[in-house]
Amino acid sequence: MAEIHLKGLAHSYIGNPQINSDYAIHEMNHVWQQGGAYALLGPSGCGKSTLLNLISGLIKPSHGSVLFDGVEVNDVSTQDRNIAQVFQFPVIYDSMTVYDNLAFPLRNMHVAKDKIDAKVREVANTLDLMSILNRKANNLSADQKQKISMGRGLVRDDVSAILFDEPLTVIDPNLKWKLRRQLKQIHERYNITMVYVTHDQLEASTFADKIALMYEGKIVQFGTPRELFENPNHTFVGYFIGSPGMNFIGLNKAIDNNTDEFTFDGMQFPLSSAQKKVLANSDSSNLKVGIRPEFIQLSNTDHPESLACNVIHTEDLGTYKIVSVQLGEQTLKVRLGEDQQSPSSKAHITFPQQWVKIYIDEYLVDLQGDSEHE
Amino acid sequence: MNKIQNNKAWFLVLPVFLLVAFSAIIPLMTVVNYSVQDIFDQNNAYFVGVEWYRDVLTDPRLQASLGRQFIYSATVLSIEVPLGIAVALMMPTKGWSASLCLILLALPLLIPWNVVGTIWQIFARSDIGLLGYVVNGIGIDYNYTSSPVDAWITVVLMDVWHWTSLIALLCYSGLRAIPDAYYQAAKIDRASDWSIFRFIQFPKLKGVLIIGVLLRFMDSFMIYTEPFVLTGGGPGNSTTFLSQTLTKMAIGQFDIGPAAAFSIVYFLIVLLVSWLFFTSITHLDKDKVKEQTYD
Amino acid sequence: MSLILENIDRQVDGEEHLKNINLEFQPGSFNVLLGRTLAGKTSLMRVIAGLDKVSSGNIFMDGTNVTQSNVQKRNISMVYQQFINYPNLSVYDNIASPLKLCGTPKAEIDRKVQETAEMLHIEHFLQRFPLELSGGQQQRTAMARALVKDASIILFDEPLVNLDYKLREELRQELRDLFKLRNTIAIYATTEPNEALALGGTTSLLHQGQILQSGPAIDQYHHPINLNAADLYSEPPINLLKGRINDSELSFDNYASFPVGNQFSDIAQGDYNFGVRPSHISLVPKNDTDIELSVKVDVAEISASETFLHVANKDLQIVLQLSGVHDYRNNTAVNIYIPPEKLFIFAEGGSIIKAPSASNLGGN
Repeated sequence: MAEIHLKGLAHSYIGNPQINSDYAIHEMNHVWQQGGAYALLGPSGCGKSTLLNLISGLIKPSHGSVLFDGVEVNDVSTQDRNIAQVFQFPVIYDSMTVYDNLAFPLRNMHVAKDKIDAKVREVANTLDLMSILNRKANNLSADQKQKISMGRGLVRDDVSAILFDEPLTVIDPNLKWKLRRQLKQIHERYNITMVYVTHDQLEASTFADKIALMYEGKIVQFGTPRELFENPNHTFVGYFIGSPGMNFIGLNKAIDNNTDEFTFDGMQFPLSSAQKKVLANSDSSNLKVGIRPEFIQLSNTDHPESLACNVIHTEDLGTYKIVSVQLGEQTLKVRLGEDQQSPSSKAHITFPQQWVKIYIDEYLVDLQGDSEHE
Repeated sequence: MNKIQNNKAWFLVLPVFLLVAFSAIIPLMTVVNYSVQDIFDQNNAYFVGVEWYRDVLTDPRLQASLGRQFIYSATVLSIEVPLGIAVALMMPTKGWSASLCLILLALPLLIPWNVVGTIWQIFARSDIGLLGYVVNGIGIDYNYTSSPVDAWITVVLMDVWHWTSLIALLCYSGLRAIPDAYYQAAKIDRASDWSIFRFIQFPKLKGVLIIGVLLRFMDSFMIYTEPFVLTGGGPGNSTTFLSQTLTKMAIGQFDIGPAAAFSIVYFLIVLLVSWLFFTSITHLDKDKVKEQTYD
Repeated sequence: MSLILENIDRQVDGEEHLKNINLEFQPGSFNVLLGRTLAGKTSLMRVIAGLDKVSSGNIFMDGTNVTQSNVQKRNISMVYQQFINYPNLSVYDNIASPLKLCGTPKAEIDRKVQETAEMLHIEHFLQRFPLELSGGQQQRTAMARALVKDASIILFDEPLVNLDYKLREELRQELRDLFKLRNTIAIYATTEPNEALALGGTTSLLHQGQILQSGPAIDQYHHPINLNAADLYSEPPINLLKGRINDSELSFDNYASFPVGNQFSDIAQGDYNFGVRPSHISLVPKNDTDIELSVKVDVAEISASETFLHVANKDLQIVLQLSGVHDYRNNTAVNIYIPPEKLFIFAEGGSIIKAPSASNLGGN
């Protein structure tokens, strides 16, 4: 059982890092609480594997420290950190039976035989492996092998955290659902800290209570899936979370008068007064609004707040539809429910103000607090 | 109707077929032919049936050298295989030291057989050879030309020196093919070094080891040049192995018939042992396949 | 170029890899093969490419029987799941390689490589080597090599599966746009139903070496021909309940019966498998006729904008796809509501008896 604390942690593969880009991991302070289910989400090359290796002890950090339950473990070897890891490709002991695979870590620790037996059976039961306990492990399907790798972590009472490194990569889509659900149930049952590394936002958000979204060696946002979805604090979060990602429109200050209006492609973007105020006070020229495809409203009829647009394409994905619309020079994505009709060519688009987010220099300007005071 | 087969592919196999015919089948059939005849000269040959075979199989000289041959192959295999694996496990995996090790290991394999024999012939001499002189110098009476035991030790040592590299190189390449994740997982499971070897490295080495052992068995079973150069089969007949006996019989005594029968028996023994070995090793895998079909 | 597969069978060591495949590919069409791992997607592609021989059946390209001709004669390109490039050639030379093989003049090669590279947004990396690129760029290079030679048929064998999910989204869209302008037959194999739906075009469902159904993916989603086809469109998987229709009542194994009026009056009494999409079940009744089931929450998977609620009772396991966040603890008792008009009804053998009428089939 452990709380994982990354304290001033940074890592560079280069001996004497000079500039920012020498770092694979930029300095971060971060706490993963005992018993939590966390995801480390990001595109390939963002540093998430490096971070995982720093936690598991395969790499020694060049700066800062990793603490387990408040104790620095920088110099503690992988085997003494009491963690278990499930890799991208199943790692099992081919020549052993499923039972022996599960019993292996306990035997290495010289646990009493009857205790091993009880523990192996308990874990096999949880993982639905009872019926194949006596089979050789090397002919099993990928999902069963992944369950065995995880089981080797679960049998140990001393395991403080299980790290998952894209564990569903080799699993068929229909089985992914099953396995993910089992993971979640196991987490609820065993109360072990779990860290799940993935590039798939659906996997991350369905598994984790909290997601750390990584981008270029930094954790750009740490929050619940809902927070990341509703209030992405960086344009990258908006883009990466959600399918399709957030729509962004670059805004210009209207120069012809002093009315604090903001335009794009010669059109005025409808904003609240608080939003206008924030934008007007900024010196930056990098001003953007972002809105989720789920929150945009599309209709056949004109509203006072709506803008006219052209529907270019509708993708029907069964449970929902994605409509691409042309607004000025911008192509925006709108997500409609299964039963909602998509307008055929001309349509009117509305941006509900509470879902319009303001980004200055790519970072979210939080207006939540302000609006509550009003 | 739609089963028109394109047979042109058979022409492509033809050259290989001819090559095999000339290199293996025709010589072999010639030998079979000799082994059932008593040949005096070009025009005088009589069919003798299996007589030569009976002679050969009951010849105590041949039985003795067959026995020696088995002991020899078993000895070198039981030294070279574990030693080769051990060397492969100890070799560095990256950097210049890895390349250096590879070159050093490959060196013995590049030396011609008769040169190997000559090197050891000199190296082990008790008067001027480095090895022989030093061993004698520390008070051990060692002379491979007079003591059968010393001769055996020398021949085995020479073979180990010459061929352990092959096993080591094969295992080295096998070890490099094991993904890092396996070692990481084993570390996390707190496996001891022995467990890592037993449950990860050894199972993954099985494939290359089968090839290595098979090659070494066949080679050592047919060994000729090195002991011939080193000891000439002596002292007495103590290091006279099968091929040497055969050569003596065919070339030294011109007993073509018995030599031919002997060759056939020899060939069948190598074939049989290799086949037994191969099937028993791959047997395990077949079991697994069967198991798979249950589900 | 048109491609016709006629009664294709392929057996390997007595195992049937492909069985009675009949398919027609139109010039300039985008085609998707959707199926699980080992369903026969790769086998079929290898047969089309001429890498494997058929056991029986014929392949026609532009009316010519090419069943016996080898891969070199078929003018085909293939993109694989792994990023396959020549590691010791620059990106430029990689893309140029198929052209050099057919002796294209230098200026022409130059122009085509440039053009294709721009199409796939790798024009800035032409002088680099494949292993210096990211996974996405490597796969773009492999695709450029397939596209540059004007092949009549391009086969994609799960090309995006090793890429980040966001990259997949982008490349998928680019691919679709790319092929709008070409007169090439594209055949794209995938295990993911969402990919089939997003790519559009004609989708053929493969199951155990056989074609279940061919047509636009969205039609298959709404009108699966049988249970297997319905199950292939599984994000999340369709829920299946065994039940019985009796007069105007519907009963699930051990449950009370539900009056369903004359909904199913045209269906004979008997046992059926009922299927319902996770998105069609709700936690609040929408109609009086909705079927109410009491279940307990197994686990709630909360994605950002949706919740996948897995529920069960002693006989059933059901998943609901709900919009918004619904945070239920394990073992919470809930009632779920299934609108009977949204039920798929399958015969015992799996063939479809009735599919719900999709509300929007008239739309674009």
